[in-house]
Amino acid sequence: MDFGPFLFLATLEGLVQAAVLCLIALGLSLVFGVMRVVNVAHGEFYMLGAVLAWWITGWFAGNPAIGFVAAIIIGPLLVGVIAYFVERLILRKVEYDPEATIVATIGILYIVQQLVLITFGPDARPVDTPFYFLIEFPWFGYSGYKLLVICAAIMLLLAVWYVITRTRLGLVMRATQYDRETAQNFGIAVNQVYAIVFATGAGLAAVAAVLIVPIQQAHYLMGRDPLLLSFIVVIIGGLGSIRGTLVAALIIGLSDGIISVFFSPTLAKMVSTLLVAMVLVFKPEGLFGSRSQL
Amino acid sequence: MSSEQAKSIFLHAGVLAGLFLLQFFLPEYHHLSVTRIMLLAVFAMGFNLLFGYTGLLSLGHAMFFAAGMYGAGLSAYHLGWSVPLSFMVGIACGVVLSLAIGLIALRTTGVAFMIVTLMFSQVAYLTIVYFTTYTRGDEGLVMPESARQFVLFGQQLSLTHPGTRYNLALMLLAIVMASVWLLVRGDFGRSLIAIRENEARTKMLGYNTFLIKLKVLVVSGTISASSGAGYALMFAYIGSSFATIQYSIDPLLYTLLGGAGTVLGPFLGTALMFYLIDITSEYTSAYLLVAGIVLVILVLFFPRGLLGAVRNRWFGWLP
Repeated sequence: MDFGPFLFLATLEGLVQAAVLCLIALGLSLVFGVMRVVNVAHGEFYMLGAVLAWWITGWFAGNPAIGFVAAIIIGPLLVGVIAYFVERLILRKVEYDPEATIVATIGILYIVQQLVLITFGPDARPVDTPFYFLIEFPWFGYSGYKLLVICAAIMLLLAVWYVITRTRLGLVMRATQYDRETAQNFGIAVNQVYAIVFATGAGLAAVAAVLIVPIQQAHYLMGRDPLLLSFIVVIIGGLGSIRGTLVAALIIGLSDGIISVFFSPTLAKMVSTLLVAMVLVFKPEGLFGSRSQL
Repeated sequence: MSSEQAKSIFLHAGVLAGLFLLQFFLPEYHHLSVTRIMLLAVFAMGFNLLFGYTGLLSLGHAMFFAAGMYGAGLSAYHLGWSVPLSFMVGIACGVVLSLAIGLIALRTTGVAFMIVTLMFSQVAYLTIVYFTTYTRGDEGLVMPESARQFVLFGQQLSLTHPGTRYNLALMLLAIVMASVWLLVRGDFGRSLIAIRENEARTKMLGYNTFLIKLKVLVVSGTISASSGAGYALMFAYIGSSFATIQYSIDPLLYTLLGGAGTVLGPFLGTALMFYLIDITSEYTSAYLLVAGIVLVILVLFFPRGLLGAVRNRWFGWLP
């Protein structure tokens, strides 16, 4: 293959990565923005989504599309419910103290991961693609499902954007983010908002996982890399800034896809992690966020 | 000397003496376990100085442990340096790395500090994996026979002998425990606690809090590196798994369990957690589940850990 088509293929792969990363990082960013806590267990909610997708699609014989539709509805809902209870039973009890929350979510990370290891086992399990359809470019055929992933991610992002900017729920969320105490004085049930935001954040990660699982495979350790990547995205984009998160996810997803085609993946990871740490030290508001959003 | 100080000295010396006597009674398996516990407790004590006393939560202490481990291990393996010299190289690596990380990471506070240390630690891990020609990455290196024998104070010592390892680990633990004890009781220790309680006010009182934090980070990183160097030389193995996030979480777990901000807490936590995981791993491969449950329970119900609770209730004099 020539360089041009090769780059085109790498870009497409990068776009799929970026789309999924957008969803995961948006979940993390929402939680940090509104609740001011870092959820280290975020990657495990993603993993849980993938494992549930494998489980749910197993219920349906016949056309894999039916199982997939069921998985993408039930899976994230279940993960949201689990996250809701985690928030109620644990995070609320430590009063969202930043350090205690990090330690608690590290604990939750281990608990979820190891419970999945016990029940689901250490093997990677495949999930069937809901449909097979190749889009023929002049140089190569490309999986239609991957393009669907990109479209689905864009639609979900638009939906989240609509909810945040145009609905009452979004208004309440923004008010809580802006000033928790004043919001409470105006009669907003801040605790309820926190629980909903935490569940939504986890649900977004789970949706991303259900979308990606027919391309990758479900595995109990699959939450780690997306967690680090979405940390990177949220930091570059500016902690708590949603627009910044999306731009950063696009850049990082794309460049990760393209760079790892041309360079050693370990070196690429090393350099990018180091750069991100430096951004956090010297420009803590992120490259695209502004200080006022923090 | 006040009576409280006497009690405190008595307690810590008693623990060390108890550990010394214990080696004559322990069966072989537990003899080895306690050696490991003492070394890991040194790691946790270094971590605790930063987390428990200064209130800075680092999620990347594995990089200091690994600095000591690889500093000592690589110089013994590739350069064939003697054991004491390699150990010193390990410690020197710890000093250099913690100084460099401190100068950069301490510009941040709170959550940002945790994430920055986590990321630097990840970079350190990837660096080890990247230079796989020298480090053999995940597979690791086994120390050569020449790095198992050395002469100290005119005595020929062999690290293959369990008793030698036990007493060397105990010596390291004793030195670190005494230094931490002296450090936290002195003026420097009080300034650390002042920073933990209210950094802005401490700064206002005229203390250079950045310098104090940098100093304690270097001491903490160096102690952790000494643990890593000891581990590499005594158990004759270095591998990149010692630089993973897991090894950054472990000292946090030990410290929280035993009691953050107490001298003996990290040792107690290490011993309890080590045996807890040792016992559960006989039944299931998912032994990390225990670690997760313990973390959540501690955060919810015992934020001060075991010794912290003991100090609050009965013995206010515990350092």
